Amino acid sequence: MSSVAAAAQGAGKGAAKAAARRRARRQKRHGESAVRRPGWITYTVLGIALVISAFPLYYTLLLGSSDQVTISQEVLPQLLPDASIFERFADVMGNSQVNFWLALANSVIISVTISVATVLTSTLAGFSFAKLRYPGRNALLVFVIATMAVPTQLGVIPMYILMSEIGWVGKIQAVIVPALVSAFGVFWMTQYLDSALPFELIEAARVDGASMFRTFWSIALPAARPAAAMLGLFIFVMQWTMFFWPSIVLGSQNPTLPIAVQNLTAGYHDDYSLIMAGVFLVTLPLLIIFAVIGRQLVAGIMQGAVKG
Amino acid sequence: MAALTTTEPETGSAPPAARPPRKLGFSQTLSRWDVKVSPYLYISPFFILFALTGLFPLAYTAVVSVYEWNLLGGQGDFVGLQNYVDVLNQPTFWKSLVNTFSIFLLSAVPQVIIAITLAALLDQNLRNATFWRMGVLVPYVVAPIAVSLIFGRLFADQFGLINGFLGVLGLDPVGWHSDRFASHIAIATMVNYRWTGYNTLIFLAAMQAVPRDLYEAATIDGAGRVRQFFSVTVPQIRATIIFVVITASIGGLQIFDEVKLYDVYGQGGSDRQWMTTVLFLYEVAWGNQRDLGRAAAVAWILFLIILVIGFINFRFSTKIASSGTKAPKVSRAVTRRLLAEARAAGEESAARRGVQQSTTTTDRSDS
Repeated sequence: MSSVAAAAQGAGKGAAKAAARRRARRQKRHGESAVRRPGWITYTVLGIALVISAFPLYYTLLLGSSDQVTISQEVLPQLLPDASIFERFADVMGNSQVNFWLALANSVIISVTISVATVLTSTLAGFSFAKLRYPGRNALLVFVIATMAVPTQLGVIPMYILMSEIGWVGKIQAVIVPALVSAFGVFWMTQYLDSALPFELIEAARVDGASMFRTFWSIALPAARPAAAMLGLFIFVMQWTMFFWPSIVLGSQNPTLPIAVQNLTAGYHDDYSLIMAGVFLVTLPLLIIFAVIGRQLVAGIMQGAVKG
Repeated sequence: MAALTTTEPETGSAPPAARPPRKLGFSQTLSRWDVKVSPYLYISPFFILFALTGLFPLAYTAVVSVYEWNLLGGQGDFVGLQNYVDVLNQPTFWKSLVNTFSIFLLSAVPQVIIAITLAALLDQNLRNATFWRMGVLVPYVVAPIAVSLIFGRLFADQFGLINGFLGVLGLDPVGWHSDRFASHIAIATMVNYRWTGYNTLIFLAAMQAVPRDLYEAATIDGAGRVRQFFSVTVPQIRATIIFVVITASIGGLQIFDEVKLYDVYGQGGSDRQWMTTVLFLYEVAWGNQRDLGRAAAVAWILFLIILVIGFINFRFSTKIASSGTKAPKVSRAVTRRLLAEARAAGEESAARRGVQQSTTTTDRSDS
């Protein structure tokens, strides 16, 4: 718990600074008179929303620091988490059926590889769509956008057949390879590069004799950095929390973290305290990441919203 | 247009002097090919991989669905539409379809309403604005499967916190697992928990793009806060509302993670009272039946349903959208805001970009 609180505090400080900046800007834009502070009702409602957001995680922690017998008899076993949660964490980590460390390694490898690769393929395609002119460009871009509405998840059966044909069932490349590209990513980078990368820079590079790829690598990629970081973050969260396809193709023997959670429920479905400790443990890495770069995630969603 | 075609003659190391009839050097030929082929080369990873792992499986699902196809035994005889008949004759399939729609409606409607309300609250001159925004986004980083387990416990029929709370209020406990409709509410709550904050930020972004002079005009006309919300904000963010509803319906009809671990058995309840269609598909293919052919038929039926709903959404939304939102103005305003933000963050080339943006826009218009 303490780590979450500390992290939230740290984030609060950074957030305050950003808010101050924003306030200053807004005042400049509207003149002093337009600024009006919202009343306590606003803060109360937002406070309730915040409690609802955080409470389920806190409750998870409470159940995790309790024990099986207590939580099968009491609704709210205790009000504060205690140190016994760490024993529970150790139980989860050391459990052979859960395969926690393997799951962690798999999750890291899968999420990082896919994020990096997707950012690269998306930026490359985005550069092509936004800044190069060639026959068929618009039609192809429309096609990419249309594919965002295609429920590809429903193709799992042939995908599974395909993976078992080439012997990839149970191997993490079965999760990685299909996810190396993203229509959303292509669209996102196209939008960004379209406005952020001036044609003059590309022309200048071309005049200097840079090849197309060199132009991409030295001009477009650096210019795309802010949007690329946000895209990477999104894909990372998405892959880290992904369950459906990995659970089908990987199975419980070679799990990712979400599958490890399922393993926990399969083996210990009456020990809810242990399960909850596992749930919290699995959520923790993303919570830490969120505390550090949540601001960017917020900005990314808001930026993608209007453009998407 | 121009950008690259005009530069083309200058590429390579040819001297600028005019010597018209001249054989192209190797590097020039190479450079010309570079210009012609590269654009396609750069988009090819997406198209190749998407064709292989997105489109092909979806299309091939139709093929699998007309064969007898066992998980272990592999492809069997051609059976025509028999799999479809079998699926449509299974009461569980219909049950799952009803469950899916019920859960979808119970989640989509409150979610949009709550998200817009929260966004309206956040779209004020708040202290620590980023803190509040991050606060509503916390659930987004919790994996759906974890949400499923946590809420499965919160909504436990016995010794669940929600029922405990109802008891304190003097109400009877609800069978959140045993009762069909109650279980749908619980699962919809999970979906709302994870996605409301995310959609709040999307609405917030749209609201911030609404030109502020509209509010000033409304104030002068004597409209109060509530009136402004319904007469200015909501019409202005209509396009975004449609966007959120469409994404929610594509995702909501494929819900799986949240229901899988609502209880530890993962089969949608003792009476399949909260089994969704994708969970049904999973059960048919990888559960007891191990029948990939039949599961493919389920997938294809669901695909068609999503397609139809998407189409209705689309028709509906173009009708609404054509009745006058100011989309281009909105997006321009946001671009400007983002540029300002980037500049404030001390980004190097941002100042230059601000100037050049106008040139890119003109460039775009004549291409």
